[in-house]
Amino acid sequence: MSVLQALDVGLALLVFAVAAWTVFAPGPFAATVGYVVYGLLLSLVWIRLFAVDVALTEAAIGSGVTGVLLIGAAARLRGAETTPAEEALTGLTRLFAAGLCLLVAAALAAVVLLLPDQGPTLAPQSMERLPETGLGNPVTAVLIAFRSFDTMLEKVVLVLGVVGVWSLAADRYWGGAPGEARAERPEPTLAFFAQMLAPIGILVGVHVFWVGADEPGGAFQGGAILAAMWMIVMMARLTEAPQASAFWLRLALIAGPAVFLAAGVAGAVVAGGFFAYPPGLAKPLILFIETFMTFTIAVTLPMLVAGPPRREPRR
Amino acid sequence: MSDFLLATAGAILFTVAVGLVRILGGPGDADRMMAAQLIGTGGIASLLLIAAATGARGVDDVALGLAILAAFASAAFVNSGAPAEEPDPNPADDR
Amino acid sequence: MSLALDLFSIAAISAGVFFFLAGTVGLLRFPDALSRLHALTKADNLGLGLIVLGLLPRAESLLAALMLVAIWALVQLAGATAAQLIGRAVRRKGPAI
Repeated sequence: MSVLQALDVGLALLVFAVAAWTVFAPGPFAATVGYVVYGLLLSLVWIRLFAVDVALTEAAIGSGVTGVLLIGAAARLRGAETTPAEEALTGLTRLFAAGLCLLVAAALAAVVLLLPDQGPTLAPQSMERLPETGLGNPVTAVLIAFRSFDTMLEKVVLVLGVVGVWSLAADRYWGGAPGEARAERPEPTLAFFAQMLAPIGILVGVHVFWVGADEPGGAFQGGAILAAMWMIVMMARLTEAPQASAFWLRLALIAGPAVFLAAGVAGAVVAGGFFAYPPGLAKPLILFIETFMTFTIAVTLPMLVAGPPRREPRR
Repeated sequence: MSDFLLATAGAILFTVAVGLVRILGGPGDADRMMAAQLIGTGGIASLLLIAAATGARGVDDVALGLAILAAFASAAFVNSGAPAEEPDPNPADDR
Repeated sequence: MSLALDLFSIAAISAGVFFFLAGTVGLLRFPDALSRLHALTKADNLGLGLIVLGLLPRAESLLAALMLVAIWALVQLAGATAAQLIGRAVRRKGPAI
């Protein structure tokens, strides 16, 4: 067995072990830590599977956004008044959960291993038509050019998610601001950290988005990194979350899918088909759409994590 | 040379695995908060070594993203893992 | 020249792995959370720094080398902050929070 194969097997075993521990973890906080570790390890696996874009997304969403979401939920549960005995999952439930996970994993493995060598795929055709889009990264081309309607609908789903989260607020808080108010004296360590990390993170986020046209990256990954930077500044309480009724916030939330849809409709008029791009203008148009999508993702994800409004709206 | 790099990447992943066994089982949540830091540092080291050995493109960007997000995850853990913060009874920090 | 650079890389990377091992030994053997924290953030960061040092001669361009150093600097920042924050949390709540 070559060194590379041994490394792959070791990585796979480690991922499996961490996943198993997460199912049997003693409590929600420990399980969330296990989940974040699992996500970071999984991005290593994606690199070994030559899916660098997916690795970037896994690191950004799995450890960044979803991890914080789960931690926030675990913290709120801890504050709720239930006895530990009621809260602890019984061994039977955990075994059932483990069995379900194994079943799904086995089904996926069976599907992948039983695929014929020349399975049905559109990959050769998309690689052939790649130069027409002017992009160098086939993943971005599939997301924004060949399968663009789907991608736009994904962003609409994110907006619906935010609406769902906001609707959990009590009636009198509707339109108010989620999260905590800005602190008079923010904790020094966290404040220093946020002040140092945020500018660098913003730079990296914009870079990852911009470079996604030709190298691994793209709007979603860049937007997720930008979202993480806004979240860390909010966590350090250097700034507070905007009010849900703020006009600029609502505009930012819909900007991405709105611009995308407008481009698609304009394509029907100008280029002869819904979501068709005029030849020669494809790359600038794609980057234009991606800019707004990045902005929307960077605004939507922190709003999902911040939760429903908890303060009365200021007039 | 690339075999050497891959072997060291494997060695670092092994130390991360052993460290995880200790940390994740550790009594109390303070130990578990360190897990993001452990996997972040070790994972980035392995990633850089694997990238140098196999020459994959764009992996440096993933390492950069991991560096930023592991830091963010650590801060998030500490921030929410110790809820109900009372103000420090004896503020020893200079302010 | 390239043999000397290769030897330098091997030496630096081996030293880096040694520090990672030392950090893990510290994690396993140190008695309480604060000293384990110290082992983790200091030894592992030094290990990463040595590995970055060993990979610098193999970087494809000056920009790639600078990016490696930037990654290490970011991990330094993260380690220092995490150590302070977790240490503060342990001090407030006691060792087993």
